[in-house]
Amino acid sequence: MKKEIIIPAIENGTVIDHIPSKVTFRVMRLLDPKEYTNTINVALNLESKKMGKKGLIKISGRMLTQDMVNKVALLAPSATVSIIKDYSVSKKVVVKVPEMIINLVKCTNPNCITNMEEVNTKFLTIKEIPLKLRCVYCEREISREDIQLK
Amino acid sequence: MAFKGRDVISIRDFSKSEILQIISLAKELEKKPSPELMKGKIMASLFFEPSTRTRLSFSSAMERLGGKVLGFETKEFTSVSKGETLWDTIKMVSQYADVIVMRHSIEGAARLASEASSIPIINAGDGANQHPTQTILDMYTIEKELGKLEGLKIGFVGDLKYGRTVHSLCMAMSHFKPKMYFIAPEALKMPKPYLDDLSEKGIEYVEEADLMKFCGELDIMYMTRIQKERFPDPVEYNKLKGVYRIDKSITQKMKKGARILHPLPRIDEISIDVDDTENAAYFRQAANGVPVRQAILALVTGALK
Ligand SMILES: Nc1ncnc2c1ncn2[C@@H]1O[C@H](COP(=O)(O)OP(=O)(O)OP(=O)(O)O)[C@@H](O)[C@H]1O
Ligand SMILES: [Mg+2]
Ligand SMILES: [Zn+2]
Repeated sequence: MKKEIIIPAIENGTVIDHIPSKVTFRVMRLLDPKEYTNTINVALNLESKKMGKKGLIKISGRMLTQDMVNKVALLAPSATVSIIKDYSVSKKVVVKVPEMIINLVKCTNPNCITNMEEVNTKFLTIKEIPLKLRCVYCEREISREDIQLK
Repeated sequence: MAFKGRDVISIRDFSKSEILQIISLAKELEKKPSPELMKGKIMASLFFEPSTRTRLSFSSAMERLGGKVLGFETKEFTSVSKGETLWDTIKMVSQYADVIVMRHSIEGAARLASEASSIPIINAGDGANQHPTQTILDMYTIEKELGKLEGLKIGFVGDLKYGRTVHSLCMAMSHFKPKMYFIAPEALKMPKPYLDDLSEKGIEYVEEADLMKFCGELDIMYMTRIQKERFPDPVEYNKLKGVYRIDKSITQKMKKGARILHPLPRIDEISIDVDDTENAAYFRQAANGVPVRQAILALVTGALK
């Protein structure tokens, strides 16, 4: 029996699986749930052979765009994203960190103009593994552990 | 390479060949003054943080090319609302001038200004981040003093943790297959991202606390001041401030033809009796700011191609 069965099946929507449990809520925040009106199921600490404990998010009635999926990669590069149509997986989307990350992440430099001012933050991805982002403004480099969502 | 209309915000934005192009143009301008080149053009000099050397050097560069300078120097823009004012100030000033030179205490201010501006922005220092024209004039000095940039042994001495001139010069010189020596006390070592970057590029480097150990190997000794402002704890500052001092006992150990650079101002890290040795290049270095800034001003305004 599939363990995921504890979370209800959905007819149409998106499933984000293999999220490290620790970052599941941050991934949730990244998806900006106040934008959604449909059911969202979130599960934590599910058993996983691959990763010990994992998190899982199921969003009904909404197909995440590639842009959205890429944001997930910032926090959870191991995540797998499946688009569900008519109760079955219609597409698996590969998560890939975007080249430019706009207004999603805070700069860790307190003396950065983006922390002084109403300015969108912009980070350039300079390396994916291990993740290295550079603030376009102050040029501070941050890694995955430093990521704080705006 | 098209320079016209370009901003000069970070040394990262410039390729090796672009840096060399600026240097060779600066050489020409130094040899052959062009007092009409920028006639009718206006440089806005916006110093949101005071500076003497850099500000005067830019103004001198512009005026010697026949251009005009307007601007201000102020400490008033230190509130949190600074950035807002910055955006609007830049929007306005870009209607009045052909190029803006700006210094600001907040990192990233110059990049933001370049987004607001319709004319080129030259960053004359944004907090601890970048000061690209200083870097190019450092390189111009090395080239002029030693006749080359390739394959040099470059030692950086002093505050390598906070010194933005060190970080930028290290980045820019990594185009030229150097060997680098980072000479600093434990608390002021070169930050790891820069070292990782060198490793990735296959550039050899050593880290050392003792200045005596390698001073005989260096072609360039890039000396820096240990800045009091950087230390929250004065006890810590007092422990470190005098760790390196270049005097004749050091210059006597240095290679013949080796040069000492310093972005100035110095406190006491180079003793005055070093000034008249053949190794001392720091005052010539400061003077080199003018032709280098002339070249940059002329290129970004399109007065020269
Ligand atoms: N109708 C559905 N409603 C909700 N979730 C579903 C539905 N169909 C599949 N899923 C979930 O989508 C994900 C991918 O489904 P798939 O059947 O491909 O599983 P899998 O073989 O375990 O894939 P993976 O290698 O990504 O774990 C799993 O987490 C699965 O539980
Ligand atoms: Mg599975
Ligand atoms: Zn920043």
